[in-house]
Amino acid sequence: MSEVILEVRDLVKHFPIRQGILFKRTIGQIKAVDGVSLDLHKGETLGIVGESGCGKSTLAKLLMNLEKPTSGEVRYQGRDVLRLNPADQRRLRRNIQLVMQDPYTSLNPRMTVGDIVGEPYEIHPEVAPKGERRRKVQELLDVVGLNPEHINRYPHQFSGGQRQRIGIARALALKPEVIVCDEPVSALDVSIQAQVMNLLDQLQTDFNLSYIFIAHDLSVVRHIADRVGVMYLGKMVEVGTDDDIYVRPTHPYTQALLSAVPVPDPTARQRKAVIRLEGDVPSPANPPSGCRFRTRCWKAQEICSVEEPLLQIRPTSGHPSACHFAQERDVVHAAG
Amino acid sequence: MSSPEVATATAEAAVLPTTPAAAEPPRKDKPRSLWTDAWYELRRKPLFVISAIMITIFVLMAAFPSLFSSVSPNAADLNKSLTPPDFGAWFQFGKGGQFGYDLQGADIYSRTIYGARASIVVGLSAVLGNMLLGGFFGILSGYLGGWTDSLLARFGDIFLGLPFVLGALVILSTFAPVQSSPSAVRITTLVIVTFIMLGWPSFARIMRAAVLSTKQLDFVHAAQALGARPGRIIFRHVLPNAVAPMVVVGTITLGAYIGAEATLSFLGVGLRQPVVSWGIMIGDSRQYMEAAPYMMAFPAAFLAIAVLSFVMLGDAVRDALDPKLR
Repeated sequence: MSEVILEVRDLVKHFPIRQGILFKRTIGQIKAVDGVSLDLHKGETLGIVGESGCGKSTLAKLLMNLEKPTSGEVRYQGRDVLRLNPADQRRLRRNIQLVMQDPYTSLNPRMTVGDIVGEPYEIHPEVAPKGERRRKVQELLDVVGLNPEHINRYPHQFSGGQRQRIGIARALALKPEVIVCDEPVSALDVSIQAQVMNLLDQLQTDFNLSYIFIAHDLSVVRHIADRVGVMYLGKMVEVGTDDDIYVRPTHPYTQALLSAVPVPDPTARQRKAVIRLEGDVPSPANPPSGCRFRTRCWKAQEICSVEEPLLQIRPTSGHPSACHFAQERDVVHAAG
Repeated sequence: MSSPEVATATAEAAVLPTTPAAAEPPRKDKPRSLWTDAWYELRRKPLFVISAIMITIFVLMAAFPSLFSSVSPNAADLNKSLTPPDFGAWFQFGKGGQFGYDLQGADIYSRTIYGARASIVVGLSAVLGNMLLGGFFGILSGYLGGWTDSLLARFGDIFLGLPFVLGALVILSTFAPVQSSPSAVRITTLVIVTFIMLGWPSFARIMRAAVLSTKQLDFVHAAQALGARPGRIIFRHVLPNAVAPMVVVGTITLGAYIGAEATLSFLGVGLRQPVVSWGIMIGDSRQYMEAAPYMMAFPAAFLAIAVLSFVMLGDAVRDALDPKLR
């Protein structure tokens, strides 16, 4: 496999819960991200899936350095991003860019498209001399499939899919190596989703980009990702290639997630195993001891509440899985 | 927030230039910001048009009173004391006495015209000062948060705790005692400063709330992710999106301040001779209400119309800028 470009080690983000009017006391911690490690290789797409509130977006913010982690490391090409001086951090920001979820709030309504896409050049003037910026912005608009003539329009004159393309053009402006996509298509119509995903795919080949692709839609992730990580309550529970995760899942949570994916073929639907999880996701302020999934798991035993299962390759799992009783089970083609 | 009909209409016009775009006049690819949209919206509102015309007239009066009256407001002829209005003079140029004469025999029409200047100057400067000062502190506490926010909020509360009229009475009667006769510039400045001192915390609160909600929007995070410095984030991203509520409140407050100026002048602590103002005129008239009601009626009518115009303008601007109504 190609070189590792982004390394994340034991990343932790706890948000304090404060109470009190004048003197705020910290009465607890929301453990949004609790010890996540991952590697991103050059040119690959790492998908991250999980349900709402499992810490996916916090992870994206941590990777973008928009939130300060409680502990842990993010290393870009071997250098620890969080311990750089401010000038180096600014230079580093050029290499990691973000595409946001909601195309309606991620573009400043008071700026023209030209100003929005050209802003990276104003913040990092060393990238493009002043005279070239307008031409570069028009090139970018062309690359993402927008009419370069529309450079003077405002965001509210575009549709959601077009706006998302503007957001992608902005992320591309500084020629980054890594793009963190935080649910880039979940706010779009299905037909537009496909267009934007194909655009992302195309750009990856053209510019040799690496993506971290965060989504809650398993089929979207399968379409675009080379490897997939599954998150539950701030922890990574299973990581593997997309075949590992979709065909040979070993963690019960992954199996439950996959069994909930709608299947368009009615005959296949009858053969599909349905795993219904009981109860709600526990509060991240007070997660269960041991394995975090044990409260909703049908395999849970004594050991699950005592010993936390590590994310590792197991005799019964060819790829890293954080379950004491990891067992392969093809949920999607169950009886087939 | 957006106007999808317009967006699709222009998009279609761009794709199919041959289709008869008779319904929609060819607007080409003209940039349309939210302010431009608001302007299109406003132009179609009778409320806005009427109040804008009235305000234009008042501003003209304030800037060039001699356009409206050739008689000096301070020229007094005791022979004409308390002469009732000469309605025949309304349509004759160069003749005074349209609104009658006051106790000193000064022309009420001319004084009413010249009185617009004090009201507009005080109202405009006080609102602008409030916007600058309140806006500055509002951005500071909203953007920085933490103890800066708490400190500024408590400091502003001291001023907000004072009832407006009482606070103004105390400040003005301390620095310009009732019997004294300060110069026109000095007393006008003093009144403006008083309004700003007592008014900035409410402007700061509005700005703070707007900044707090704006700085959490995704495009601000996007700018941070690009490595933008705080100055750029505040001036390019937060401020342009947070200023609208303050503009609206400012327009409405302008009317209120014109009324407040008249109140203070009536009470004898605000503007006074040699300044000409509607408040002073109403104050002068109070002993002659029965004998010469026109002494009060005309300046009071101008005052009411001016206040109403600004409040109506504020309402119209709010409706046009409020994205939820679109």
